[in-house]
Amino acid sequence: MTATEPTEATTGIPFTLNGKAMEAKPGEMLIDACERNGEHIPRFCYHPRMKPVGMCRMCLVEVDTGRGPGLQPSCMLTVSPDMVVNTESESTKQAQDGILELTLINHPLDCPVCDKGGECPLQDNAYSYGPGESRFVEEKRHYEKPIPISDLVYLDRERCILCDRCTRFADEVAGDPLIHFMDRGAQTQVNTFPDHPFSSYFSGNTVQICPVGALTAQPYRFKARPWDLAEIESTSTVDSTGARIVLQSSGDRLVRVLGVDSEAVNWSWLSDKDRFGYEANDSENRLTDAMIDNGEGLEPARWTDAARKVATALAAGPDRTGVIGGARLPLEGQYAWAKLLRQHAQIQNIDAQLGDGLPAQVMAGLPKATIAEATAAGGVVVLLGVDAKEELPSLFLRLRHAAVEDGASLIELTPRTTGLAPHAAVSAHPVPGTVGTVVAALADGNLDQAVGGVEPATLSAMADLLGSDRPVTIVVGRGNLAESADFTVDALAAFARLVPSARYLSGLRRGNVHGALAMGLSPGAVDGLDTEGILRGAATGKIDTIVLLGADPLADFPDRALAERALERVDNIIAVDTFLTESGENADVVLPAAGFGEVDGSFVNLEGRLSPLQAKVTPPGQARADWMIAAEVAAATGSDLGFISLEELRADLSASVSDFASVDWDGLATSDDGPVVVTTGDAPDFGDPVVAPSSDGYGLRLVVDRKLWDLGTMVQQSPSLANLPAEATLALSPSDFSGLGITDGTDVTVETRAGSFTVPARADAGVPKGAAHIPFRLPGFDAGSLIDAGVAISEIRVTVG
Amino acid sequence: MSANGSHTNDYVEYAPGYVDNEGPKIVTSRFGYEDSHTLERSLSTGGYDGLKAALKKNPAEIAQEVKDAVLLGRGGAGFPAGIKWGFMPPVWPRYLVVNGDESEPGTYKDRLLMERDPHQLIEGCLIACYALGLNQCFLYVRGEMAQAQENIAQALNDAYAAGYCGKNILGTDVGIDVVLHWGAGAYIVGEETALIESLEGNRGMPRLKPPFFPAAKGVYMKPTIVNNVETLANLPWLMVNGADEYKKYGSEKSPGTRMLAISGHVKRPGVYEVEQGVVSFRDLFYGENYAQGIKDDNELKAFVPGGGSAPWFFGDQLDIKIEASEVGPAGSMLGSGAIMVMDETTDIVKAALRLVRFYARESCGKCTPCREGTSWEEKVLQRINDGLGRPEDIDLLIDIGKNISPGTYPVASFGDEELDAVPFPPKQTTICPLGPSSVAPITSAIRRFRGEFEAKIGASALPESRPGGETSIDALEVDA
Repeated sequence: MTATEPTEATTGIPFTLNGKAMEAKPGEMLIDACERNGEHIPRFCYHPRMKPVGMCRMCLVEVDTGRGPGLQPSCMLTVSPDMVVNTESESTKQAQDGILELTLINHPLDCPVCDKGGECPLQDNAYSYGPGESRFVEEKRHYEKPIPISDLVYLDRERCILCDRCTRFADEVAGDPLIHFMDRGAQTQVNTFPDHPFSSYFSGNTVQICPVGALTAQPYRFKARPWDLAEIESTSTVDSTGARIVLQSSGDRLVRVLGVDSEAVNWSWLSDKDRFGYEANDSENRLTDAMIDNGEGLEPARWTDAARKVATALAAGPDRTGVIGGARLPLEGQYAWAKLLRQHAQIQNIDAQLGDGLPAQVMAGLPKATIAEATAAGGVVVLLGVDAKEELPSLFLRLRHAAVEDGASLIELTPRTTGLAPHAAVSAHPVPGTVGTVVAALADGNLDQAVGGVEPATLSAMADLLGSDRPVTIVVGRGNLAESADFTVDALAAFARLVPSARYLSGLRRGNVHGALAMGLSPGAVDGLDTEGILRGAATGKIDTIVLLGADPLADFPDRALAERALERVDNIIAVDTFLTESGENADVVLPAAGFGEVDGSFVNLEGRLSPLQAKVTPPGQARADWMIAAEVAAATGSDLGFISLEELRADLSASVSDFASVDWDGLATSDDGPVVVTTGDAPDFGDPVVAPSSDGYGLRLVVDRKLWDLGTMVQQSPSLANLPAEATLALSPSDFSGLGITDGTDVTVETRAGSFTVPARADAGVPKGAAHIPFRLPGFDAGSLIDAGVAISEIRVTVG
Repeated sequence: MSANGSHTNDYVEYAPGYVDNEGPKIVTSRFGYEDSHTLERSLSTGGYDGLKAALKKNPAEIAQEVKDAVLLGRGGAGFPAGIKWGFMPPVWPRYLVVNGDESEPGTYKDRLLMERDPHQLIEGCLIACYALGLNQCFLYVRGEMAQAQENIAQALNDAYAAGYCGKNILGTDVGIDVVLHWGAGAYIVGEETALIESLEGNRGMPRLKPPFFPAAKGVYMKPTIVNNVETLANLPWLMVNGADEYKKYGSEKSPGTRMLAISGHVKRPGVYEVEQGVVSFRDLFYGENYAQGIKDDNELKAFVPGGGSAPWFFGDQLDIKIEASEVGPAGSMLGSGAIMVMDETTDIVKAALRLVRFYARESCGKCTPCREGTSWEEKVLQRINDGLGRPEDIDLLIDIGKNISPGTYPVASFGDEELDAVPFPPKQTTICPLGPSSVAPITSAIRRFRGEFEAKIGASALPESRPGGETSIDALEVDA
């Protein structure tokens, strides 16, 4: 729905439904108006989040608009005043009966072996409205059953009833029109183009919206029958969008995740990572026991011994202890750990971000926008650094919809081209180190000369959009791990001058990072070290103990060399995690935590919206909730956090964190979207602008960002996803590329202070001249080895051979 | 071969299939010339005079002229063009689309107009564009009509070079671009919304009306008028001679002429330009200037009065005058002017199968009733024809038809069975009329010639139906 007409009529449209007077909303489709008034009309092709096509004809009902009764598809008919609708008439029933018979003639009726059996709209409609018997005695359509159309989705064309839902979704919602109708008439089939699999980040949604069992998801195929599933609503912790989901289990194992239509957040859509990442829960590599390294490697140990050892390590003193991580934890675990660390251990060196985010105090002080506000019709949205498609796919779909359907204008101000580029009104890709200067030029009105490689015409186009009276939202994230976050902060400072009324949506991507920041898992205002500081301290002997709260700095901290030096040098490493990560293997004590879907808790998304996390299965082995681990460690130190149940903890939380003072914790699980609770903090201190070092003219400035499919733990521990990451390639601007005299795929040598590496190169017009792009954590090449956290901009030299 | 006006009793050499019947010629006046498709011939025979006349008037006057002339659409529905033009909301840009995707079974008149006189069509397009206040016309030509495409392409190039198309037409400030678009070969694209989809580069599948009435939401969701080739070909003559002169031909309700394509069991099948509402089917089939009688002097069994989609007529309907306002109430349609004649030797089951197979194969597959229904109909008919019919198949065919086109299907009356005519058009559960079209031959054939179906079923090699109505599928193996 667009909201372009603010003066929407408030009065209802009167119409008659089966002889009773009803009211429809202005512009409401008949099928929805009937549903709201308690009359369900059967349908296959209609989906409230997609444009109606009127193809399946299942929703035909008898409508009289004054010219006599006739059959009309209720999914394509807006209710008009005094319309007379009869969903029970003889002609309606005959149409339903006839359409169902026709829909079924070529359907294989293999329900007993079909995953959809038991939750199948075709089955349900056939029982409720169908003829019961078929008069079709001819041979049915035959196709090869089923064919994989991507790594995750299988297509059974015999079951398909050609409703156009999946194909519409791929084209209209995801923007990946990789599946399409082919052939004609009764031979019409859905298929992919040759050699172009349906490799969309959102392919799993087609399985969820398929009204028959034509599309099945590889991870769920033949795993369970719908009537055996137990389910509970929760929130996806895969990224910070907080997509609302249903967790379904069978035999105490998660077997499926479905999207829930949350008006505020994800509109029922999920990324494939949201949908299939649950597989990691069942990985055999899950941590099940507490472990202690007594000099001969990690061995299973008793909880109490492990907890006591943690307590001893924490006693090293607050200045000599650093805590990294916490974004994986539910809000309650974050609160318990924050209380333990800050109040009981007096530790200031805490950082839930791993040097790949933005300063907590800046993010807290930016005036907040919700997703709905950011994507409202007619707005201007600045994508500052963030590549929503790769990092926040659920948000990507909302932003895409805003641009494609609702007239929002996107300004792409990112280190390189992003997934929203096709829909951006203006795209600017400043070379690393210049984004702050670019926005400052806009704020100062200096539009006459190029800044950071951004041409004057582009600057003017941005200035025009930002200078209009349209509402401006800035979605800010860390677009480049190889340049200092300070440049983004400078851009924010300039935006504050340029568009004082602008509102902001955080693009910090990691799970429950916003909960962690709200609970205070960020560097203390006075002398608190951030992750880089902690690692630097450890590497130089100033930090003795590092606590890793679901964090793997060797893998996730941009500067791998620094993380290696730190973990090598530090005395005590304590890891609280669901898996034994590379960093965790260096630990002295490992505590197994319960994971997603295994504990109750809550989640704060990038809007500051609070939503429930609910347990559906039991944690493996001795793994337990993070808040319990914190309480246990506190007990081992001889103190008491003051709560022994989730209810007590939440009461404590509400009493001590003002934003959460009036949260209705019990009602959270049943609330539709969850309330936005986190408020805007004190005005941010942007600090002084940093001056980018001048380039020596030989090096290329490095752009390192994230892809959805990478070597991260969740992806790698999910069998269906593990092979999805692409091999790393180094992308260069075509002008730099041709200067090297190479062709796509040529191996180039990358020289850094850490040594030489070989990686295939390719030309990419979305990379600015003078920059080189390589994604983080992909197979084939460790981009972290190229980054030096100690410099503002990491540079590399590329040679052929 | 003789040129304009002179009498010939045979086909015109340069316009294959066209018969000069010595009647008034509004759109076929140049068909006798070998070079009728060239700009030179066009100009030497009054070509673009209509455009010149039109440019001297204001657009509203032209629209009124068209309305006054009651120029009925020649594509199938027979809707008055002048009134259709009036449906455009005052929104720009807006487009004119020429429907040159002539593919209704039995129809081959637009092809001749496009091949033999492309300048007349282009001139008509320009007049319409000027009248509608728009400057972009898309000329959509059926994919299979290579000669038409070539001739129109050449004609367009010549027209642009000569200043009839493009900017500042004939020195005025009127600018109109005409773009030739080649179809990809699909019957359904003759339906205007499917044509628009195809024109936009999508699969040729119809859009639902409402809400996508082309006049309001057409090409690129902008107001669009879709007119048939022959409709537009009338405009040059109309501009030169005026509405009053135009109305001197044809009947009051259907002035002017129509191009009729007669095929099947007649002695001289072909395309004739015929005054509407003056000539009856009997005249057309038996008249010396027309088809000259049924082949081999056989008896007429049935005829299709308006393309494969039209319910059939029979001997009882021979005296109906050929105009939409007469044919519709009699239970069929004049459609695109394709008249197919079946004599007594016709195997009715085969004839129905032949037509239904066409619709099954041309169904675009978008909506369920048409996609599944037409192919089911074809399979059952095929089975009956192959001698594998069951007694219940006849009612089954009727019932499948009702799922596509609910209610009583339009049908002609036949006095001997005291059956009243059910007027056109049929109702539909489908998006477009393709599905219901497949019901026409079935309903017509079974209503009138049920005995022929029963005879084929009676001779059926099929084992007795099992109790419960189920029949062994093994016994039903037929060629797909």
